Amino acid sequence: MKVAVLDLGLGNLMSMKRGLERAGADVSLVNSDEGPEMGSCGTCCISGCADADAVVMPGVGSFKDGMKAISKFTATLNEIKEGKAALLGVCLGMQMLFSRSQEGGECEGLGLIKGKVVRLPMTVKVPHMGWNSISLISGNHRLTRGIKDGEYFYFVHSYYCVPEDRNTVSAEVEYGVKMPAIVEKGNVFGTQFHPEKSGPAGLAVLKNFLEEAKR
Amino acid sequence: MLTKRIIPCLDVDRGRVVKGIRFQNLRDAGDPVEQALAYERQGADEIVFLDITASSDRRDTVLDMVKRTAYELSIPFTVGGGIRGYSDVRKVLLAGADKVSLNTSAVLNPNVISEGAGIFGSQCIVIAIDAKRAGADRWEVYIYGGRKSTGIDAVEWAKQAEMMGAGEILLTSMDYDGSKDGYDISLTRRIAESVNIPVIASGGAGNAEHMRRALADGKADAVLAASIFHYGEYTVGQVKEYLLRAGIPVRI
Repeated sequence: MKVAVLDLGLGNLMSMKRGLERAGADVSLVNSDEGPEMGSCGTCCISGCADADAVVMPGVGSFKDGMKAISKFTATLNEIKEGKAALLGVCLGMQMLFSRSQEGGECEGLGLIKGKVVRLPMTVKVPHMGWNSISLISGNHRLTRGIKDGEYFYFVHSYYCVPEDRNTVSAEVEYGVKMPAIVEKGNVFGTQFHPEKSGPAGLAVLKNFLEEAKR
Repeated sequence: MLTKRIIPCLDVDRGRVVKGIRFQNLRDAGDPVEQALAYERQGADEIVFLDITASSDRRDTVLDMVKRTAYELSIPFTVGGGIRGYSDVRKVLLAGADKVSLNTSAVLNPNVISEGAGIFGSQCIVIAIDAKRAGADRWEVYIYGGRKSTGIDAVEWAKQAEMMGAGEILLTSMDYDGSKDGYDISLTRRIAESVNIPVIASGGAGNAEHMRRALADGKADAVLAASIFHYGEYTVGQVKEYLLRAGIPVRI
């Protein structure tokens, strides 16, 4: 299973790479669909995701910077839109799957899942930081296979996703408001939490993603 | 429900743990990565490394430790101590740390907060405040490892740090640090109620009840402790069981 982790220039790539390796993947860090450039992590990057079975979009940083960085991956995004590879967006990476975000003024997202990204309510401390329990939504969801209701995952974010279609949500988390913790639609998946930072439970989610990417 | 975090702190000097835990099955008890992994297995929610290396070979030993830790650990970790400016912030984060904690350098040049937060996000920037009581409802900020007073009010500094983009406050009471008499509840509560970002209470933990008070009465979002874990008085798991029985939400 070959997995490409997109280097958007700001993310903590090594943890994500390691997490996926623990889940059994052969991982490359990729910083552009064009010529090879020096990655933010040093010399570890290759160019292009052409032979990858799955793509992971990690994410810390701002929505705008993330969208700007993803624009270097047109070919990869086309492969995903055509269903040739599975995509997992993590944290900001999940938010970028949606149509638009309020972060830093209105900003357009990838639109792979319909909906918007809005600021957490004023009633809670922001960022939502730490281990929170998720509630599974009943249905035939794939990333939550084998995950128990109430399992804890590590969250760090200030904005959250509001999908138009509730059927795309496979687990929710509550922090001032109920919001999606895991979304999935076809070959596109997202986790608001960091599976690579969530111990054994996070590893199980990454394994589920790799299983789905094989199909 | 969002749980309260229990964060063991490891002091590291030239890449080696000082006052480390005496676990039996460690191949190398002075190795910060092995110690961090042992805490992860105990149920720690995060790890903080405090680098106390004074010499100039500091940077290389820290970056090497960060890389090895990022490779092994599957919970978040923070690196603090001797982070001098944005260039250090960048190096430590790109080497794989989830957060950096800034103390003296942020007081001397607060712009490092907005610079780091603007590029890597607020969640990466922890502001460590060493505070000492200076009046009935006043605490003063100290820098250079508590050696130099600044005259700055701790509450005001916490608010300014939040405004400049800090994602979290790591608050150490200099009056209580090392006392084992418990955290400074009034200081912790004062800061926690003054900012809208998470506050980690530090300094003074002697037992699990002290942690409960810092979380329940001090309104802290997390507690940090070093010696009670290092000397095996409690495991992280034992602390969490105590807290859970006392009605504090923790991840078990």
